Amino acid sequence: MESYMMSVDNVTMKFGSLVANSNVSFNVKEGEIVSLIGPNGAGKTTLFNCVTGFYKPSSGKVIFNGADITGVRPDKIAKLGLTRTFQIVKPLKSMTVKENIMTGAFIRTNKFSEAEKIAEEVMERINLIEKRDYLSSSLTIADKKRLEIARILATQPKMIMLDEAMAGLNQTEIKEVMKLIVTLNKQGMTFVIVEHIMEAIMPISDRVVVLNAGVKILEDIPQNVVNNDEVIKAYLGEKYHAKNQKS
Amino acid sequence: MEKSITNNKKMIGVVLLIILALPIIVQDNNFRHIMILFVLYAALGEAWNIITGYAGQTSFGHAAFFGIGAYTSTVLLWKFDIIPWIGMLIGGIIAVVVAIIVSYPAFKLTGHYFAIATLAIGEIMLQLFVSWEYVEGATGIMLPIKENGYKYMQFHPMNKLSYYYIVFGLFVITVITAYIVGNSKMGFYLKAIKENPDAAQSIGINVTRYKLYAMMVSAFLTAIVGSFYAQYVTYIDPFMVFPLALSMQIVLITVIGGLGNIYGPILGAAILIPLSQYTRIIFGGTGKGLDLIIFGALVVIVTIFQPNGLVGLFENLFKKIKKKEAINDGKLHDVS
Repeated sequence: MESYMMSVDNVTMKFGSLVANSNVSFNVKEGEIVSLIGPNGAGKTTLFNCVTGFYKPSSGKVIFNGADITGVRPDKIAKLGLTRTFQIVKPLKSMTVKENIMTGAFIRTNKFSEAEKIAEEVMERINLIEKRDYLSSSLTIADKKRLEIARILATQPKMIMLDEAMAGLNQTEIKEVMKLIVTLNKQGMTFVIVEHIMEAIMPISDRVVVLNAGVKILEDIPQNVVNNDEVIKAYLGEKYHAKNQKS
Repeated sequence: MEKSITNNKKMIGVVLLIILALPIIVQDNNFRHIMILFVLYAALGEAWNIITGYAGQTSFGHAAFFGIGAYTSTVLLWKFDIIPWIGMLIGGIIAVVVAIIVSYPAFKLTGHYFAIATLAIGEIMLQLFVSWEYVEGATGIMLPIKENGYKYMQFHPMNKLSYYYIVFGLFVITVITAYIVGNSKMGFYLKAIKENPDAAQSIGINVTRYKLYAMMVSAFLTAIVGSFYAQYVTYIDPFMVFPLALSMQIVLITVIGGLGNIYGPILGAAILIPLSQYTRIIFGGTGKGLDLIIFGALVVIVTIFQPNGLVGLFENLFKKIKKKEAINDGKLHDVS
Protein backbone atom coordinates (compact mmCIF):
# COMPACT_ATOMS: atom_id res chain seq x y z
CA MET A 1 0.00 0.00 0.00
CA GLU A 2 1.21 3.46 -0.87
CA SER A 3 1.62 5.91 1.98
CA TYR A 4 -0.66 8.87 1.81
CA MET A 5 -0.33 12.20 3.53
CA MET A 6 -4.02 12.34 4.06
CA SER A 7 -6.73 9.82 3.52
CA VAL A 8 -10.40 10.52 3.80
CA ASP A 9 -12.13 7.25 4.41
CA ASN A 10 -15.88 6.85 3.88
CA VAL A 11 -16.80 10.15 5.42
CA THR A 12 -20.51 10.71 5.86
CA MET A 13 -21.95 13.91 7.25
CA LYS A 14 -25.62 14.23 8.07
CA PHE A 15 -27.48 17.31 9.24
CA GLY A 16 -30.68 15.78 10.56
CA SER A 17 -32.12 13.95 7.57
CA LEU A 18 -30.01 15.88 5.07
CA VAL A 19 -27.01 13.93 3.90
CA ALA A 20 -24.37 16.46 2.90
CA ASN A 21 -21.60 13.93 2.32
CA SER A 22 -22.19 10.27 1.75
CA ASN A 23 -19.29 7.81 1.98
CA VAL A 24 -16.72 10.08 0.42
CA SER A 25 -13.21 8.67 0.19
CA PHE A 26 -10.08 10.05 -1.38
CA ASN A 27 -6.37 10.17 -0.72
CA VAL A 28 -3.74 12.85 -1.05
CA LYS A 29 -0.06 12.15 -1.54
CA GLU A 30 2.68 14.44 -0.33
CA GLY A 31 3.47 17.19 -2.84
CA GLU A 32 0.25 16.81 -4.77
CA ILE A 33 -2.36 19.35 -5.74
CA VAL A 34 -5.74 17.70 -5.48
CA SER A 35 -8.81 19.69 -6.29
CA LEU A 36 -12.32 19.17 -5.20
CA ILE A 37 -14.97 20.31 -7.65
CA GLY A 38 -18.70 20.00 -7.98
CA PRO A 39 -21.77 22.17 -8.50
CA ASN A 40 -23.19 24.35 -5.74
CA GLY A 41 -24.45 22.31 -2.84
CA ALA A 42 -22.35 19.29 -3.76
CA GLY A 43 -20.95 19.20 -0.23
CA LYS A 44 -17.44 20.47 -0.87
CA THR A 45 -17.28 22.92 1.98
CA THR A 46 -18.95 20.44 4.32
CA LEU A 47 -16.28 17.91 3.47
CA PHE A 48 -13.68 20.58 4.16
CA ASN A 49 -15.20 21.28 7.53
CA CYS A 50 -15.24 17.58 8.35
CA VAL A 51 -11.59 17.17 7.45
CA THR A 52 -10.37 20.25 9.30
CA GLY A 53 -12.32 19.55 12.47
CA PHE A 54 -15.00 22.24 12.23
CA TYR A 55 -17.59 19.45 11.95
CA LYS A 56 -17.45 16.01 13.44
CA PRO A 57 -18.42 13.61 10.67
CA SER A 58 -21.38 11.30 11.35
CA SER A 59 -19.25 8.36 10.28
CA GLY A 60 -15.99 7.67 8.52
CA LYS A 61 -12.40 8.49 9.27
CA VAL A 62 -9.83 11.11 8.37
CA ILE A 63 -6.17 10.18 8.68
CA PHE A 64 -3.49 12.85 8.41
CA ASN A 65 0.19 11.93 8.54
CA GLY A 66 -0.67 8.67 10.22
CA ALA A 67 -2.80 10.25 12.93
CA ASP A 68 -6.55 9.84 13.19
CA ILE A 69 -7.90 13.38 13.15
CA THR A 70 -11.60 12.57 12.87
CA GLY A 71 -13.51 15.01 15.04
CA VAL A 72 -10.34 16.49 16.53
CA ARG A 73 -10.56 20.22 17.30
CA PRO A 74 -9.43 22.55 14.48
CA ASP A 75 -6.66 24.13 16.52
CA LYS A 76 -5.13 20.74 17.23
CA ILE A 77 -5.33 19.81 13.56
CA ALA A 78 -3.61 23.07 12.70
CA LYS A 79 -0.84 22.19 15.13
CA LEU A 80 -0.39 18.89 13.30
CA GLY A 81 0.22 20.86 10.12
CA LEU A 82 -3.10 20.86 8.31
CA THR A 83 -4.58 24.33 7.86
CA ARG A 84 -7.33 25.85 5.78
CA THR A 85 -8.66 29.09 4.43
CA PHE A 86 -12.30 30.05 4.36
CA GLN A 87 -14.63 30.64 1.46
CA ILE A 88 -15.59 33.96 2.99
CA VAL A 89 -12.36 35.65 3.97
CA LYS A 90 -11.87 36.16 7.68
CA PRO A 91 -9.13 38.74 8.15
CA LEU A 92 -8.51 39.90 11.70
CA LYS A 93 -9.80 43.34 10.85
CA SER A 94 -8.43 45.51 13.60
CA MET A 95 -4.93 44.14 13.08
CA THR A 96 -2.37 45.08 10.47
CA VAL A 97 -1.21 42.71 7.77
CA LYS A 98 1.91 41.94 9.75
CA GLU A 99 0.00 41.32 12.96
CA ASN A 100 -2.39 39.00 11.16
CA ILE A 101 0.49 36.90 9.92
CA MET A 102 2.23 37.03 13.30
CA THR A 103 -0.90 35.59 14.90
CA GLY A 104 -0.47 32.59 12.65
CA ALA A 105 3.23 32.35 13.44
CA PHE A 106 2.62 32.13 17.18
CA ILE A 107 1.56 28.52 16.73
CA ARG A 108 5.20 27.44 16.58
CA THR A 109 6.76 29.97 18.92
CA ASN A 110 6.03 31.93 22.07
CA LYS A 111 8.54 34.65 21.29
CA PHE A 112 7.41 37.95 19.86
CA SER A 113 10.61 38.51 17.88
CA GLU A 114 10.51 35.01 16.45
CA ALA A 115 6.93 35.49 15.28
CA GLU A 116 7.95 38.79 13.72
CA LYS A 117 10.74 37.06 11.85
CA ILE A 118 8.44 34.37 10.49
CA ALA A 119 5.91 37.01 9.45
CA GLU A 120 8.60 38.97 7.60
CA GLU A 121 9.68 35.86 5.73
CA VAL A 122 6.14 34.97 4.75
CA MET A 123 5.41 38.52 3.60
CA GLU A 124 8.52 38.46 1.42
CA ARG A 125 7.49 35.14 -0.04
CA ILE A 126 4.04 36.15 -1.06
CA ASN A 127 4.49 39.80 -1.87
CA LEU A 128 2.75 41.50 0.99
CA ILE A 129 5.81 43.22 2.40
CA GLU A 130 4.83 46.65 1.10
CA LYS A 131 1.45 46.40 2.79
CA ARG A 132 2.77 45.16 6.10
CA ASP A 133 1.43 48.08 8.13
CA TYR A 134 -1.94 48.34 6.41
CA LEU A 135 -4.98 47.49 8.46
CA SER A 136 -6.26 44.23 7.05
CA SER A 137 -9.77 45.66 6.73
CA SER A 138 -8.45 48.21 4.22
CA LEU A 139 -7.11 45.60 1.79
CA THR A 140 -8.69 44.70 -1.54
CA ILE A 141 -10.43 41.37 -1.76
CA ALA A 142 -7.49 39.92 -3.66
CA ASP A 143 -5.06 41.02 -0.99
CA LYS A 144 -7.36 39.72 1.73
CA LYS A 145 -7.30 36.28 0.11
CA ARG A 146 -3.55 36.54 -0.19
CA LEU A 147 -3.40 37.48 3.47
CA GLU A 148 -5.44 34.39 4.40
CA ILE A 149 -2.88 32.25 2.63
CA ALA A 150 -0.04 34.17 4.26
CA ARG A 151 -1.54 33.72 7.71
CA ILE A 152 -1.79 29.96 7.35
CA LEU A 153 1.65 29.77 5.74
CA ALA A 154 2.97 31.35 8.92
CA THR A 155 1.71 28.31 10.83
CA GLN A 156 4.25 26.34 8.79
CA PRO A 157 1.76 23.74 7.61
CA LYS A 158 2.44 20.51 5.78
CA MET A 159 -0.79 20.70 3.85
CA ILE A 160 -2.98 23.63 2.91
CA MET A 161 -6.66 23.41 2.10
CA LEU A 162 -7.99 26.33 0.11
CA ASP A 163 -11.72 26.94 0.06
CA GLU A 164 -12.47 28.93 -3.10
CA ALA A 165 -9.40 31.07 -2.86
CA MET A 166 -10.09 32.55 -6.28
CA ALA A 167 -13.78 33.35 -6.09
CA GLY A 168 -14.48 37.01 -6.70
CA LEU A 169 -11.10 37.76 -8.23
CA ASN A 170 -10.46 39.14 -11.72
CA GLN A 171 -8.42 37.34 -14.34
CA THR A 172 -5.09 38.88 -13.42
CA GLU A 173 -5.61 38.22 -9.76
CA ILE A 174 -6.59 34.61 -10.46
CA LYS A 175 -3.38 34.15 -12.42
CA GLU A 176 -1.43 35.51 -9.48
CA VAL A 177 -3.06 33.09 -7.05
CA MET A 178 -2.41 30.22 -9.48
CA LYS A 179 1.20 31.22 -9.72
CA LEU A 180 1.45 31.41 -5.97
CA ILE A 181 -0.02 27.93 -5.55
CA VAL A 182 2.32 26.45 -8.14
CA THR A 183 5.34 28.14 -6.58
CA LEU A 184 4.48 26.90 -3.12
CA ASN A 185 3.81 23.45 -4.54
CA LYS A 186 7.24 23.38 -6.12
CA GLN A 187 8.67 24.19 -2.72
CA GLY A 188 7.00 21.03 -1.47
CA MET A 189 3.61 22.17 -0.20
CA THR A 190 0.66 19.83 -0.58
CA PHE A 191 -2.68 21.36 -1.55
CA VAL A 192 -6.31 20.41 -1.50
CA ILE A 193 -8.33 23.03 -3.32
CA VAL A 194 -12.04 23.62 -3.60
CA GLU A 195 -12.76 25.75 -6.62
CA HIS A 196 -15.42 26.74 -9.08
CA ILE A 197 -13.22 28.34 -11.67
CA MET A 198 -12.32 25.47 -13.95
CA GLU A 199 -9.83 27.22 -16.17
CA ALA A 200 -7.87 28.12 -13.08
CA ILE A 201 -7.88 24.79 -11.44
CA MET A 202 -7.54 22.30 -14.26
CA PRO A 203 -4.03 23.34 -15.37
CA ILE A 204 -2.53 23.15 -11.88
CA SER A 205 -4.21 20.08 -10.42
CA ASP A 206 -2.61 16.66 -10.33
CA ARG A 207 -5.90 14.99 -9.65
CA VAL A 208 -9.49 16.09 -9.48
CA VAL A 209 -12.21 14.73 -7.21
CA VAL A 210 -15.73 15.46 -8.38
CA LEU A 211 -18.59 15.62 -5.91
CA ASN A 212 -22.25 15.76 -6.78
CA ALA A 213 -25.08 15.83 -4.25
CA GLY A 214 -22.71 14.67 -1.53
CA VAL A 215 -21.41 11.66 -3.43
CA LYS A 216 -18.03 11.30 -5.09
CA ILE A 217 -18.77 10.61 -8.73
CA LEU A 218 -15.27 10.65 -10.15
CA GLU A 219 -11.60 10.91 -9.30
CA ASP A 220 -9.20 11.28 -12.18
CA ILE A 221 -6.58 13.43 -13.87
CA PRO A 222 -7.93 16.79 -15.13
CA GLN A 223 -7.95 15.84 -18.83
CA ASN A 224 -10.28 12.92 -18.24
CA VAL A 225 -12.54 14.82 -15.89
CA VAL A 226 -13.53 17.49 -18.39
CA ASN A 227 -14.61 14.88 -20.91
CA ASN A 228 -16.48 12.70 -18.47
CA ASP A 229 -20.20 12.25 -19.09
CA GLU A 230 -21.12 12.10 -15.43
CA VAL A 231 -19.33 15.35 -14.75
CA ILE A 232 -20.96 17.15 -17.65
CA LYS A 233 -24.31 15.85 -16.48
CA ALA A 234 -23.67 17.08 -12.96
CA TYR A 235 -22.63 20.53 -14.08
CA LEU A 236 -24.83 21.20 -17.06
CA GLY A 237 -27.85 19.03 -16.34
CA GLU A 238 -29.52 16.00 -17.91
CA LYS A 239 -30.98 17.98 -20.80
CA TYR A 240 -27.77 19.37 -22.13
CA HIS A 241 -26.15 16.02 -21.67
CA ALA A 242 -28.84 14.33 -23.79
CA LYS A 243 -28.50 16.98 -26.48
CA ASN A 244 -24.81 16.46 -26.50
CA GLN A 245 -25.23 12.73 -26.94
CA LYS A 246 -27.47 13.07 -30.01
CA SER A 247 -25.19 15.34 -31.97
CA MET B 1 0.63 53.73 11.37
CA GLU B 2 4.22 53.04 12.25
CA LYS B 3 3.94 52.64 15.98
CA SER B 4 0.71 53.45 17.74
CA ILE B 5 0.90 55.59 20.86
CA THR B 6 -0.50 52.74 22.91
CA ASN B 7 2.68 50.77 22.44
CA ASN B 8 4.98 53.49 23.55
CA LYS B 9 6.63 52.53 26.84
CA LYS B 10 7.99 56.00 27.48
CA MET B 11 4.58 57.55 27.06
CA ILE B 12 3.05 55.10 29.54
CA GLY B 13 5.85 55.89 31.99
CA VAL B 14 5.23 59.61 31.74
CA VAL B 15 1.50 59.19 32.28
CA LEU B 16 2.11 57.00 35.32
CA LEU B 17 4.59 59.48 36.79
CA ILE B 18 2.12 62.34 36.43
CA ILE B 19 -0.56 60.29 38.17
CA LEU B 20 1.86 59.42 40.96
CA ALA B 21 3.02 62.99 41.43
CA LEU B 22 -0.40 64.69 41.54
CA PRO B 23 -1.50 63.79 45.10
CA ILE B 24 2.03 64.39 46.41
CA ILE B 25 2.03 67.91 45.04
CA VAL B 26 -1.56 68.77 45.93
CA GLN B 27 -1.76 68.43 49.71
CA ASP B 28 -5.48 68.20 50.08
CA ASN B 29 -7.06 65.17 51.69
CA ASN B 30 -10.20 65.42 49.64
CA PHE B 31 -8.21 65.54 46.43
CA ARG B 32 -6.11 62.60 47.58
CA HIS B 33 -9.24 60.58 48.29
CA ILE B 34 -10.45 61.28 44.77
CA MET B 35 -7.06 60.27 43.39
CA ILE B 36 -7.23 56.99 45.32
CA LEU B 37 -10.64 56.23 43.86
CA PHE B 38 -9.52 57.30 40.41
CA VAL B 39 -6.51 55.00 40.44
CA LEU B 40 -8.59 52.20 41.96
CA TYR B 41 -11.20 52.39 39.21
CA ALA B 42 -8.57 52.76 36.53
CA ALA B 43 -6.98 49.55 37.81
CA LEU B 44 -10.35 47.79 37.74
CA GLY B 45 -10.88 49.06 34.21
CA GLU B 46 -7.48 47.74 33.11
CA ALA B 47 -8.31 44.34 34.56
CA TRP B 48 -11.72 44.23 32.91
CA ASN B 49 -10.21 45.39 29.65
CA ILE B 50 -8.19 42.18 29.39
CA ILE B 51 -11.23 39.94 29.17
CA THR B 52 -13.56 42.34 27.38
CA GLY B 53 -11.39 44.80 25.48
CA TYR B 54 -8.83 42.29 24.29
CA ALA B 55 -10.70 38.98 24.24
CA GLY B 56 -14.09 40.46 23.40
CA GLN B 57 -16.00 38.58 26.10
CA THR B 58 -18.23 41.15 27.75
CA SER B 59 -18.38 40.68 31.50
CA PHE B 60 -21.06 42.44 33.51
CA GLY B 61 -20.15 40.60 36.67
CA HIS B 62 -16.73 41.78 37.66
CA ALA B 63 -18.03 42.96 41.02
CA ALA B 64 -18.06 39.26 41.91
CA PHE B 65 -14.26 39.12 41.79
CA PHE B 66 -13.90 42.49 43.47
CA GLY B 67 -16.08 41.32 46.34
CA ILE B 68 -14.28 38.01 46.66
CA GLY B 69 -11.01 39.89 47.01
CA ALA B 70 -12.47 42.27 49.56
CA TYR B 71 -14.07 39.54 51.65
CA THR B 72 -11.14 37.14 51.57
CA SER B 73 -8.56 39.54 52.94
CA THR B 74 -11.06 40.96 55.43
CA VAL B 75 -12.18 37.61 56.79
CA LEU B 76 -8.60 36.39 57.03
CA LEU B 77 -7.59 39.48 58.96
CA TRP B 78 -10.67 39.49 61.17
CA LYS B 79 -10.79 35.79 62.06
CA PHE B 80 -7.20 34.62 61.66
CA ASP B 81 -5.12 37.76 62.00
CA ILE B 82 -3.50 37.18 58.63
CA ILE B 83 -1.96 40.33 57.17
CA PRO B 84 -3.89 41.84 54.25
CA TRP B 85 -0.96 41.40 51.85
CA ILE B 86 -1.27 37.64 52.12
CA GLY B 87 -5.06 37.93 52.23
CA MET B 88 -4.85 39.88 48.99
CA LEU B 89 -2.92 37.09 47.29
CA ILE B 90 -5.25 34.41 48.61
CA GLY B 91 -8.24 36.49 47.53
CA GLY B 92 -6.75 36.73 44.06
CA ILE B 93 -6.25 33.00 43.92
CA ILE B 94 -9.80 32.27 45.09
CA ALA B 95 -11.10 34.69 42.46
CA VAL B 96 -9.11 32.81 39.81
CA VAL B 97 -10.60 29.51 40.95
CA VAL B 98 -14.12 30.96 40.91
CA ALA B 99 -13.40 32.46 37.48
CA ILE B 100 -12.43 29.06 36.13
CA ILE B 101 -15.45 27.32 37.62
CA VAL B 102 -18.00 29.82 36.36
CA SER B 103 -16.40 30.80 33.06
CA TYR B 104 -15.68 27.37 31.70
CA PRO B 105 -19.36 26.57 31.21
CA ALA B 106 -20.22 30.21 30.48
CA PHE B 107 -17.76 30.34 27.57
CA LYS B 108 -20.02 27.95 25.71
CA LEU B 109 -22.18 31.04 25.34
CA THR B 110 -21.17 33.87 23.07
CA GLY B 111 -22.01 37.54 22.69
CA HIS B 112 -25.00 38.83 24.62
CA TYR B 113 -25.71 35.48 26.20
CA PHE B 114 -22.29 35.37 27.80
CA ALA B 115 -22.79 38.90 29.09
CA ILE B 116 -26.10 37.91 30.67
CA ALA B 117 -24.49 34.90 32.32
CA THR B 118 -21.81 37.09 33.91
CA LEU B 119 -24.52 39.46 35.09
CA ALA B 120 -26.14 36.52 36.87
CA ILE B 121 -22.83 35.47 38.44
CA GLY B 122 -22.42 38.91 40.02
CA GLU B 123 -25.93 38.83 41.44
CA ILE B 124 -25.55 35.26 42.72
CA MET B 125 -22.43 36.29 44.62
CA LEU B 126 -24.29 39.21 46.19
CA GLN B 127 -27.15 36.99 47.38
CA LEU B 128 -24.73 34.35 48.60
CA PHE B 129 -22.85 36.78 50.82
CA VAL B 130 -26.02 38.45 52.06
CA SER B 131 -27.20 35.17 53.52
CA TRP B 132 -23.85 33.73 54.57
CA GLU B 133 -23.68 33.93 58.35
CA TYR B 134 -19.99 33.11 58.69
CA VAL B 135 -19.19 36.44 57.05
CA GLU B 136 -21.93 38.24 59.00
CA GLY B 137 -24.35 38.32 56.03
CA ALA B 138 -25.89 41.67 55.26
CA THR B 139 -24.56 43.22 58.47
CA GLY B 140 -21.11 43.40 57.00
CA ILE B 141 -17.72 43.25 58.64
CA MET B 142 -15.91 46.00 60.50
CA LEU B 143 -12.19 45.54 60.09
CA PRO B 144 -10.31 45.15 63.38
CA ILE B 145 -7.91 47.93 64.24
CA LYS B 146 -4.31 46.81 63.98
CA GLU B 147 -0.93 48.40 64.44
CA ASN B 148 0.00 51.38 62.37
CA GLY B 149 1.95 50.83 59.18
CA TYR B 150 2.23 49.14 55.83
CA LYS B 151 2.25 45.66 57.33
CA TYR B 152 -1.46 45.79 58.16
CA MET B 153 -2.26 48.46 55.56
CA GLN B 154 -3.61 50.62 58.35
CA PHE B 155 -2.59 54.17 59.00
CA HIS B 156 -3.75 56.02 62.09
CA PRO B 157 -4.58 58.75 61.92
CA MET B 158 -5.82 58.41 58.37
CA ASN B 159 -2.90 59.00 56.06
CA LYS B 160 -4.27 59.14 52.56
CA LEU B 161 -0.89 59.30 50.91
CA SER B 162 0.20 55.91 52.24
CA TYR B 163 -3.00 54.35 50.95
CA TYR B 164 -2.38 56.09 47.70
CA TYR B 165 1.06 54.52 47.32
CA ILE B 166 -0.42 51.07 47.82
CA VAL B 167 -3.25 51.47 45.34
CA PHE B 168 -0.91 53.14 42.90
CA GLY B 169 1.35 50.11 43.13
CA LEU B 170 -1.58 47.83 42.33
CA PHE B 171 -2.55 50.09 39.48
CA VAL B 172 0.96 49.91 38.03
CA ILE B 173 0.78 46.11 38.27
CA THR B 174 -2.44 46.08 36.25
CA VAL B 175 -1.04 48.49 33.67
CA ILE B 176 2.12 46.43 33.24
CA THR B 177 0.08 43.24 33.01
CA ALA B 178 -2.19 44.80 30.40
CA TYR B 179 0.86 45.97 28.48
CA ILE B 180 2.52 42.58 28.57
CA VAL B 181 -0.68 40.80 27.59
CA GLY B 182 -1.32 43.25 24.77
CA ASN B 183 2.13 42.86 23.28
CA SER B 184 2.58 39.12 23.51
CA LYS B 185 1.36 35.93 21.97
CA MET B 186 -1.57 35.96 24.37
CA GLY B 187 -2.65 39.44 23.30
CA PHE B 188 -2.53 38.49 19.62
CA TYR B 189 -4.51 35.36 20.32
CA LEU B 190 -7.12 37.22 22.35
CA LYS B 191 -7.55 39.80 19.60
CA ALA B 192 -7.89 37.04 17.03
CA ILE B 193 -10.55 35.36 19.17
CA LYS B 194 -12.40 38.65 19.48
CA GLU B 195 -12.29 39.27 15.74
CA ASN B 196 -13.12 35.82 14.51
CA PRO B 197 -13.18 32.63 16.58
CA ASP B 198 -13.28 30.40 13.48
CA ALA B 199 -10.26 32.01 11.89
CA ALA B 200 -8.54 31.84 15.27
CA GLN B 201 -9.15 28.11 15.53
CA SER B 202 -7.97 27.50 12.00
CA ILE B 203 -4.55 28.89 12.85
CA GLY B 204 -4.17 26.74 15.90
CA ILE B 205 -5.63 28.83 18.71
CA ASN B 206 -7.36 26.95 21.50
CA VAL B 207 -10.17 29.46 21.86
CA THR B 208 -11.63 28.29 25.17
CA ARG B 209 -8.25 27.98 26.84
CA TYR B 210 -7.15 31.49 25.92
CA LYS B 211 -10.46 33.01 26.93
CA LEU B 212 -10.03 31.25 30.24
CA TYR B 213 -6.49 32.59 30.66
CA ALA B 214 -7.78 36.11 30.03
CA MET B 215 -10.55 35.65 32.58
CA MET B 216 -8.14 34.31 35.17
CA VAL B 217 -5.76 37.23 34.82
CA SER B 218 -8.64 39.68 34.89
CA ALA B 219 -10.24 38.07 37.96
CA PHE B 220 -6.97 38.03 39.89
CA LEU B 221 -6.26 41.70 39.28
CA THR B 222 -9.82 42.70 40.11
CA ALA B 223 -9.70 40.75 43.37
CA ILE B 224 -6.46 42.30 44.64
CA VAL B 225 -7.90 45.75 44.03
CA GLY B 226 -10.97 44.60 45.95
CA SER B 227 -8.78 43.61 48.90
CA PHE B 228 -7.23 47.04 48.95
CA TYR B 229 -10.65 48.67 48.88
CA ALA B 230 -11.72 46.76 51.99
CA GLN B 231 -8.56 47.88 53.82
CA TYR B 232 -9.14 51.45 52.76
CA VAL B 233 -12.75 51.81 53.82
CA THR B 234 -12.30 49.43 56.84
CA TYR B 235 -15.89 48.26 56.64
CA ILE B 236 -17.51 46.08 54.00
CA ASP B 237 -20.92 44.61 53.41
CA PRO B 238 -22.19 42.71 50.35
CA PHE B 239 -24.00 45.72 48.93
CA MET B 240 -20.78 47.71 48.89
CA VAL B 241 -18.55 45.22 47.16
CA PHE B 242 -20.88 43.10 45.03
CA PRO B 243 -23.32 45.59 43.53
CA LEU B 244 -24.29 45.58 39.90
CA ALA B 245 -23.59 49.31 39.90
CA LEU B 246 -19.90 48.56 40.48
CA SER B 247 -19.74 46.13 37.57
CA MET B 248 -21.44 48.73 35.42
CA GLN B 249 -19.11 51.50 36.50
CA ILE B 250 -16.14 49.40 35.46
CA VAL B 251 -17.80 48.81 32.09
CA LEU B 252 -18.69 52.48 31.59
CA ILE B 253 -15.24 53.73 32.50
CA THR B 254 -13.52 51.44 30.05
CA VAL B 255 -16.01 51.82 27.22
CA ILE B 256 -15.94 55.59 27.35
CA GLY B 257 -12.17 55.68 27.62
CA GLY B 258 -11.49 53.10 24.94
CA LEU B 259 -11.81 49.34 24.77
CA GLY B 260 -8.72 47.23 24.26
CA ASN B 261 -6.43 50.12 25.00
CA ILE B 262 -4.15 50.78 27.96
CA TYR B 263 -5.12 54.45 28.22
CA GLY B 264 -8.82 53.72 27.91
CA PRO B 265 -9.59 52.91 31.55
CA ILE B 266 -7.26 55.68 32.77
CA LEU B 267 -9.04 58.29 30.69
CA GLY B 268 -12.48 56.96 31.56
CA ALA B 269 -11.74 56.91 35.28
CA ALA B 270 -10.16 60.35 35.09
CA ILE B 271 -13.50 61.67 33.91
CA LEU B 272 -16.07 59.64 35.83
CA ILE B 273 -14.50 59.55 39.28
CA PRO B 274 -13.88 63.29 39.76
CA LEU B 275 -17.27 63.91 38.19
CA SER B 276 -19.09 61.68 40.65
CA GLN B 277 -17.09 62.88 43.65
CA TYR B 278 -17.36 66.58 42.93
CA THR B 279 -21.07 66.45 42.11
CA ARG B 280 -21.48 64.78 45.49
CA ILE B 281 -19.45 67.50 47.16
CA ILE B 282 -21.29 70.32 45.43
CA PHE B 283 -24.86 69.05 45.42
CA GLY B 284 -24.80 66.61 48.32
CA GLY B 285 -27.77 64.25 48.44
CA THR B 286 -29.83 66.30 46.01
CA GLY B 287 -27.33 65.71 43.24
CA LYS B 288 -27.45 61.96 43.53
CA GLY B 289 -27.15 60.37 40.10
CA LEU B 290 -26.25 63.64 38.42
CA ASP B 291 -22.81 62.29 37.57
CA LEU B 292 -24.40 59.29 35.89
CA ILE B 293 -26.70 61.54 33.89
CA ILE B 294 -23.71 63.45 32.58
CA PHE B 295 -21.81 60.24 32.07
CA GLY B 296 -24.74 58.64 30.25
CA ALA B 297 -24.82 61.59 27.89
CA LEU B 298 -21.08 61.22 27.35
CA VAL B 299 -21.50 57.53 26.53
CA VAL B 300 -24.14 58.38 23.92
CA ILE B 301 -21.93 61.05 22.39
CA VAL B 302 -18.88 58.83 22.36
CA THR B 303 -20.67 55.85 20.81
CA ILE B 304 -22.11 58.05 18.08
CA PHE B 305 -19.00 60.00 17.17
CA GLN B 306 -16.09 57.92 18.33
CA PRO B 307 -16.87 54.23 18.85
CA ASN B 308 -13.27 53.59 19.84
CA GLY B 309 -13.71 55.72 22.93
CA LEU B 310 -11.93 58.90 23.87
CA VAL B 311 -8.61 57.22 23.18
CA GLY B 312 -9.73 56.88 19.55
CA LEU B 313 -10.08 60.64 19.45
CA PHE B 314 -6.48 61.12 20.54
CA GLU B 315 -5.23 58.44 18.19
CA ASN B 316 -6.92 60.11 15.25
CA LEU B 317 -5.32 63.38 16.23
CA PHE B 318 -1.96 61.67 16.50
CA LYS B 319 -2.41 60.06 13.09
CA LYS B 320 -3.31 63.38 11.51
CA ILE B 321 -0.12 64.95 12.86
CA LYS B 322 1.89 62.02 11.53
CA LYS B 323 0.19 62.32 8.17
CA LYS B 324 1.04 65.99 8.00
CA GLU B 325 4.64 65.18 8.75
CA ALA B 326 4.59 62.56 6.05
CA ILE B 327 3.20 65.04 3.53
CA ASN B 328 5.88 67.50 4.47
CA ASP B 329 8.49 64.80 4.01
CA GLY B 330 6.91 64.00 0.66
CA LYS B 331 6.55 60.29 1.34
CA LEU B 332 2.86 59.88 1.86
CA HIS B 333 1.01 56.93 0.56
CA ASP B 334 -2.61 56.20 1.29
CA VAL B 335 -2.88 54.30 4.55
CA SER B 336 -6.47 55.05 5.46
